[in-house]
Amino acid sequence: MCLAVPAKIIELDGDNATVEIEGVRRSSNVALIDDAKIGDYVLLHAGFAIQKWSEEDVKEFYELMSEMDK
Amino acid sequence: MSIKDHIKKVKEISSGIKRPVKLMEVCGTHTVSAFRSGLRSILPENLLLLSGPGCPVCVTPNDYLDMAIAIAKQPDTRVATFGDMIRVPGTESSLEYARAQGADIQVVYSPLEALKYAQSNPGRKVVFLGVGFETTTPAIAWTIKNAFEKSTANYYVLSAHKIVPPAMAALLQGEIKVDGFICPGHVSVIIGARPYDFISRDYHIPCVVTGFEPSDMVVGIEMLLQQIADERAEVEIQYSRSVKREGNPEAQAIIREVFEECDTEWRGIGVIPQSGLAIREKFAAHDAALLYPALELPAPAENPGCICGEILKGIKLPYDCKLFNTVCSPSSPVGACMVSGEGTCAAYFKYAKRS
Ligand code: SF4
Repeated sequence: MCLAVPAKIIELDGDNATVEIEGVRRSSNVALIDDAKIGDYVLLHAGFAIQKWSEEDVKEFYELMSEMDK
Repeated sequence: MSIKDHIKKVKEISSGIKRPVKLMEVCGTHTVSAFRSGLRSILPENLLLLSGPGCPVCVTPNDYLDMAIAIAKQPDTRVATFGDMIRVPGTESSLEYARAQGADIQVVYSPLEALKYAQSNPGRKVVFLGVGFETTTPAIAWTIKNAFEKSTANYYVLSAHKIVPPAMAALLQGEIKVDGFICPGHVSVIIGARPYDFISRDYHIPCVVTGFEPSDMVVGIEMLLQQIADERAEVEIQYSRSVKREGNPEAQAIIREVFEECDTEWRGIGVIPQSGLAIREKFAAHDAALLYPALELPAPAENPGCICGEILKGIKLPYDCKLFNTVCSPSSPVGACMVSGEGTCAAYFKYAKRS
């Protein structure tokens, strides 16, 4: 139940955002994070962004994923 | 270091410890990840992973479900819930059964859907089942605050929200002996790492906030073993890409604004002081617990054969339950631990069923 997934903000209108998760678009709420911007990666849980990821965090995540595939 | 090197390191450190080491996965998502990735099968023999109380559905007591079912049967009322709750058996029935009998029960992915429905259907009462740990609480707090500010008078929450660190302390005061905690990653996104400090300080148990990818878990386990080998007990963060020591201040603020701490019952564990969250008086108009004060509820009773409680405390394994894989299975669950995808019994059934 506590699963959260990384998503990219692609549209923003106040607290409402459209995010993309593995190519699928979803609407979500960004009121719980500070200073959300288009292009940010966020962790999404129950329709809310609960944390922002930095560029390095995103890179680390994809490196982890590619290592797991080996 | 590659993941193979980390696995090697885990083996090396644990062979130096020379005694059985018990690590508790506080969060059910860790339990599932450790099974699904095959991680459990490559861990050294003296290293034992125990599942803990970290599945919100599993620790929600029967009387909460009974209340939710009774509310769903009221006229002009819709109950909205996360999907994991729908099949959990209450004392006499489940939400799924009540829905089949005609109750208006809707499964949602987000409380925002329930709030939206309330806004477009002012003639109906919408009760959202607020079940979850700190990960989920801020989202629900936001909907309550929004309903309050926008005067959405027909939106209510039935709160069974729980706080994780007091439950970890309660377990340590009981019969269980753990050598380290794999602390929940997404709960910690919100609360940060500081709320575990008292566990390493007062109980001298190492804590590592760990992510959910299998490689995160290997590194988290390695960090715990290293602390044990060094006889240290600290709170460390493996999952630093998501978890900051101070957590998410915005989310913490909205939890504090809408909820206040209260004593609450954890299924199988009992009442743990100040481990629950009740809706503050300011938002009482949205508190579903106050909406129907005179509901008739069955006296809560659990199936006497179900040992979910001991499993949640890490004292017993699903194999110790006579009903496991005989009477109780995911298609006909007896206890909550078999319903939720993150329940310990469901995880053992799916990944480690002995024939
Ligand atoms: S197997 Fe079923 S009955 Fe036994 S403890 Fe688990 S949920 Fe309860």
